[in-house]
Amino acid sequence: MTVQQTQMKNRHDGPPKEGYELVYERPSTLVDIANRYCPGCGHSVVHRVLMEVVAELDLQSETIGVAPVGCAVFAYDYLDVDMQQAAHGRATAAATGIKRMLPDKYVFTYQGDGDLAAIGTAETIHTANRGENILIIFINNGIYGMTGGQMAPTTILGAQTTTTPEGRQLAQHGNPLNIADMIALLPGVIYVTRQSVHKAANVRKLKKTFIKSFQLQELQRGLCFVEVVSNCPAGWKMTPVESNRWLEEHMLAAYPLGDLKTPPGDVSR
Amino acid sequence: MADILLMKGNEALARAAILAGCDGYFGYPITPQSELLEYMSRELPRAGGVMIQAESELAAINMVYGAAGAGGRVMTSSSSPGISLMQECLSYIASAELPCLVVNVNRGGPGLGTIQPAQGDYFQATRGGGHGDYHLIVLAPASVQEMADFAYLGFDLADKYRNPVMILADGALGQMMEKVTFPDYDPQQHKLPKPWATTGKTPDRERNIITSLHIEPEKMEQINLRLQDKYRRVESEEVRWEEVQTEDADILLVAYGLTARICRKVVELAREAGRQVGLLRPVTLYPFPYKALARLALGVPASGSPGQVRLILTVEMNAGQMVEDVRLAVEGRVPVAFYGRMGGMIPSPEEVFDYLEKQLGAGGAEGGEPAARPLEEVQP
Amino acid sequence: MAKISGTVEFRIEECKGCELCVEACPPGCLAMSFDLNRKGYHYAVLTANTCTGCINCALVCPDAMITVYREVRPTESRRPVAAAPAT
Repeated sequence: MTVQQTQMKNRHDGPPKEGYELVYERPSTLVDIANRYCPGCGHSVVHRVLMEVVAELDLQSETIGVAPVGCAVFAYDYLDVDMQQAAHGRATAAATGIKRMLPDKYVFTYQGDGDLAAIGTAETIHTANRGENILIIFINNGIYGMTGGQMAPTTILGAQTTTTPEGRQLAQHGNPLNIADMIALLPGVIYVTRQSVHKAANVRKLKKTFIKSFQLQELQRGLCFVEVVSNCPAGWKMTPVESNRWLEEHMLAAYPLGDLKTPPGDVSR
Repeated sequence: MADILLMKGNEALARAAILAGCDGYFGYPITPQSELLEYMSRELPRAGGVMIQAESELAAINMVYGAAGAGGRVMTSSSSPGISLMQECLSYIASAELPCLVVNVNRGGPGLGTIQPAQGDYFQATRGGGHGDYHLIVLAPASVQEMADFAYLGFDLADKYRNPVMILADGALGQMMEKVTFPDYDPQQHKLPKPWATTGKTPDRERNIITSLHIEPEKMEQINLRLQDKYRRVESEEVRWEEVQTEDADILLVAYGLTARICRKVVELAREAGRQVGLLRPVTLYPFPYKALARLALGVPASGSPGQVRLILTVEMNAGQMVEDVRLAVEGRVPVAFYGRMGGMIPSPEEVFDYLEKQLGAGGAEGGEPAARPLEEVQP
Repeated sequence: MAKISGTVEFRIEECKGCELCVEACPPGCLAMSFDLNRKGYHYAVLTANTCTGCINCALVCPDAMITVYREVRPTESRRPVAAAPAT
């Protein structure tokens, strides 16, 4: 599919130039308002990519999302699909409830590192263990952005946050939690991948993983888990460009990109 | 004519819920209600519903939230400590105006407590329980038949008001076996359409959002006002109670659930002893039958008919919770005594009658129970 | 062989000045403006005609405010031919 097929309505500022064709515009499934994420925040990129996929696969009327507590609690302001906002940590439980009531719909959760790997750890593991046919999107930026920049389970050693002013210490705080590895061990989980959006090439790869996840959900093959290692320019106290560099130099060592678990056999349409 | 079955309270409730068209049950084991979970795991999938034993009560109630938001007729059950875990999400469910049924088979507390029956969760049930201004509609069964009946009623009220409904039972009601019949009830005739549910945004409508987050205070106040309007409607239309021999009673017992059954016997004992005793049994704990109680105790001011009751004895299996609502209802104008047992102890009819006699005789109580004011202090 | 030509449009009032597009652009034809938009951010502008319509900028833009066009090219190898006889 080409990106041209993301267009549902014509929304150009001016007419297309003579002899030129449109090759990219924002998806119509992204609500046409400015988002309140910080400049350069990975959340907004992921929102856009997800909505491109929902538009391209024509699944707007079939998709239901669960928004977390965290910076993306307002995701329902930006994603033009039916959404539920869940209590902190309980997104996968709410998603289980939705999917069990509406098994033919496409259900995703969109969660941060606190929601998924701190307060919601039990729900995350058990939803994965039950093999619920949903997509978990996990935005891992190693910090609690919404509440002002505290340590997350995924904060890397040495990283400074408002609750680790000296940097995360092994003895005091333990290691950063690699939850994707744990999830990949469970038989009910069919696809685990770790991506990022700090470069255009990575954005393209992320989009493919979303498409694959929706296809797997249609086939009811089990739970799909897509982790996006992301920046938090405001929390990390860097410019967006600096934060992506820091991500590349430091975060990816702790959270290497790539597939951790892939479904056996071919699932491409 | 419906079959008469002999069933345990927990199972009767489960069976009724299934017959009422329950789409999903999400729960976790805890004594004394695990039979409800077990019955559901056997029977609900067979009836085409979804049953999940969740990883905790936290997960269970949040599954209820998601499933209710997706339009399902769903429920959970637990007992006191588990219900405490559910409070955050109940606040969310009420704020997001989702229908669901929650069963609390009250056990002794506080803390891990005991598995024996108690009524120590009255405050939690009737005062919202979680944070913020909201209410659960609370139904208090006093028999296995009512355990069953309230499943149908609970689901219907939940749908009608888009509000969580709690059935506040206790360990004895959950475990006892009695005769029960199940009515002719077609769920399809009773289930309401839910255009607000998250079922997938079709081109003909805007996206549905289920949320309790309204960050602008102006908006949050509006939401609260809407909820309060709803509760006023519930209070005016859904109050339920039962009166036993109150027509000529000048002494009134007030009790709900198990203690109401005990008080029926107390009424008998008292009447044999020549007392004119009646019983008012609240069936809805929220909305509480304030007006019915006030009418009995204080009369009807407009018609000039005075109240006939000179003493009220509230009997509960707690340290004194519903008695506060009784005192509110009578505005301090009739003495209200309280008799309670705690920790899972069940009072016998004889000990309650004994206490009543003491109130009427000596005018003072022994032991730690708050006593009625001496009758001489009654204000006209 | 002539390069494919492209161009971009920015919804400048939605730009938050994050500069990720400038970083992502392979020919380096984007830069931040001197002046500010209504929100007080420097916004992205096209500064040269070396845009190839690769959409990298649009892919990394967090505010989804970039629209990309690419030149429609006839196939290089064929010269215009006389109409082929109907078969």
